[in-house]
Amino acid sequence: MRTWLFRNVLRSPLTMPAPKPSAAALAELATRVDQTARQRLGRSLAIRQVDAGSCNGCELEIHALNNAFYDLERFGLHFVASPRHADVLLVTGPVTVNMKEALERTYAATPDPKWVVAVGDCGRDGGVFAGSYACVGGVAEVIPVDLHIPGCPPSPMQLLEGLLALLQAQ
Amino acid sequence: MSVSVLQTVLENGQAVAAHRPWPRVIVTAETWTVLGSGLAGGAWTLLGLWGEVGWVHLALHESTSGFIGVASLACPEGRFPALGRLHPPAQRLERAISDLVGLQPVAAPDTRPWLDHGRWPLRHPLGNARAPTQPLPPYRFLPAEGESLHQIPVGPVHAGIIEPGHFRFTANGETVVRLEERLGYVHKGIEHLLSGASLEQAARLVGRVSGDSTVAYALAFARAVEAATATEIPTRAHWLRALMAELERLAHHCGDIGAICNDAAFALMLAHCAVLREQVLRASAACFGHRLLMDVVVPGGVARDLAASDVDLLRALVTDLRRQFAPLVELYDNTASLQDRTVGTGFVRPVLIQQFGCGGPIGRAGGRAFDARFTSAYPPYEQLGFAPLTRTDSDVNARVWLRIGEVGQSLALIEQILDQLPIGPVRVDVSRSGQAGEGMALIEGFRGDILVWLRLNADGTVARCHPRDPSWFQWPLLEAAIEGNIVADFPLCNKSFNGSYSGHDL
Repeated sequence: MRTWLFRNVLRSPLTMPAPKPSAAALAELATRVDQTARQRLGRSLAIRQVDAGSCNGCELEIHALNNAFYDLERFGLHFVASPRHADVLLVTGPVTVNMKEALERTYAATPDPKWVVAVGDCGRDGGVFAGSYACVGGVAEVIPVDLHIPGCPPSPMQLLEGLLALLQAQ
Repeated sequence: MSVSVLQTVLENGQAVAAHRPWPRVIVTAETWTVLGSGLAGGAWTLLGLWGEVGWVHLALHESTSGFIGVASLACPEGRFPALGRLHPPAQRLERAISDLVGLQPVAAPDTRPWLDHGRWPLRHPLGNARAPTQPLPPYRFLPAEGESLHQIPVGPVHAGIIEPGHFRFTANGETVVRLEERLGYVHKGIEHLLSGASLEQAARLVGRVSGDSTVAYALAFARAVEAATATEIPTRAHWLRALMAELERLAHHCGDIGAICNDAAFALMLAHCAVLREQVLRASAACFGHRLLMDVVVPGGVARDLAASDVDLLRALVTDLRRQFAPLVELYDNTASLQDRTVGTGFVRPVLIQQFGCGGPIGRAGGRAFDARFTSAYPPYEQLGFAPLTRTDSDVNARVWLRIGEVGQSLALIEQILDQLPIGPVRVDVSRSGQAGEGMALIEGFRGDILVWLRLNADGTVARCHPRDPSWFQWPLLEAAIEGNIVADFPLCNKSFNGSYSGHDL
């Protein structure tokens, strides 16, 4: 194991250069995010991911943000285990009827100021599941959304561009 | 192959025309119960159990002969004899039938709803749907009684980046006495959306039943459609589908090995495995235009051909992964503190694995040599050299090693596929004979065997489609695996199973 750690110290990193924040996301945020909230949050954001009925595709790509190529934490963004520790809720899925209350309660448990990012085509409007008796359809139907990152699923790079816009908006 | 007893039993029934490739027969209530007793006696394995208005369908596999068949029972009174009282693996499926279709399993040992949490605007969405007249009674968890027991409710929102579900632990100090799962939180009404959908819409939906197994689901759907319409697809399409299926397996097995180790606080392994996984996803995107390969496998073939230059890219990927993976395996093997957590943890009795017909790495790590690629030998696997890997130790460590073995196997299969890849077209139009038909497929995803059954209308739209995730027969075993383990080892056990919530909840 020591050899492993030593070898990795000598190797050049795999991490990719930071992408530019998404212009579309910046435009959406400019109209939504309150100036005082921006100042209070600073340049470090704690993210709580909530799966509200996703097919698990978005979760896989959100997971990938933590790998050595994207290395989310270098930007001061990190995932936390409880909404009570979070500044940002990263919500996926068409919001199933069975998850609606859990999402509302997670939102209520997140301290102000807070932002909500709806991830994926499902999070935007229900995606392929729109119109089902079991889906509410879109995160904004349940809680206020500050930013949408569409895609089925969005790639880690698209997720990163959207999340960097959150920091840039400050 | 020995003579099939199952086939003999089913021959008493009335065969349904245009159900391919395996027979479907209409049986009497007596035969239905005989089939249930055969399941309980271990003669056959339950492959699926689903309903529609007026009918329940039971798919069975006989391992001695390899015979697969579907039995259908008419339920004019809205009832059918419960198989769950004879064969526990049928219980959750019957509870789901009761919720979705409204058919009542008679004398069922567990009559609690399963997917219906009493929140939908209608009851029995796949049956005679109607608005609920009264609320469902509160859900009662099974009792666990004794001195100094306490309960720990977990979920549906979990601490990690994972899907939602509820776990109710009853513990005595650190030791878990009982775990009861409550699922259904991500029920999206997929089967309802599928009824009446065009083939294109339906393929997209089935490809998102469980996004991590999108290739396997799309493949199962496509093969079921091709069976129902008697469509022959080009040979190259078969090979490209297998290539994608192996890339999917490779990516997820790498991810799972890392994630299991990470849940034993060995983050180094996750960091390195995540790099391997990312390399596979990038190669997939480069070759087929989507990192998870969504919507590439379609009825009639594949939507995108592999360019000649991409063959070299994939060969380089295989070489590179082999080089990087070997020292990681060595690292796992040489880290005693990690194995201290995984060896002996989350043991599942092989007899339960057989009883539940538990597939995938969990089943094979517990001695069940079932792999749909091998057992139902769909093309091109019958031309590829491989056999299912098995172990008998059936604990977290066994499930890690099994996945390690299958990473090597997938790499070898990808090489074989690239070596033998035939040339030619990759897609044909699905035959539109103007006749209704029924089809079924059994496909090995990275998690286990996925079953898709469907009936097509004469106009080519889907009349009814039922996708059955391998997790249906894996989730119940997680309850057994954790018994007697400490609460802190639950994430480790859960990750070693990696059941699908979305695929199960539909």
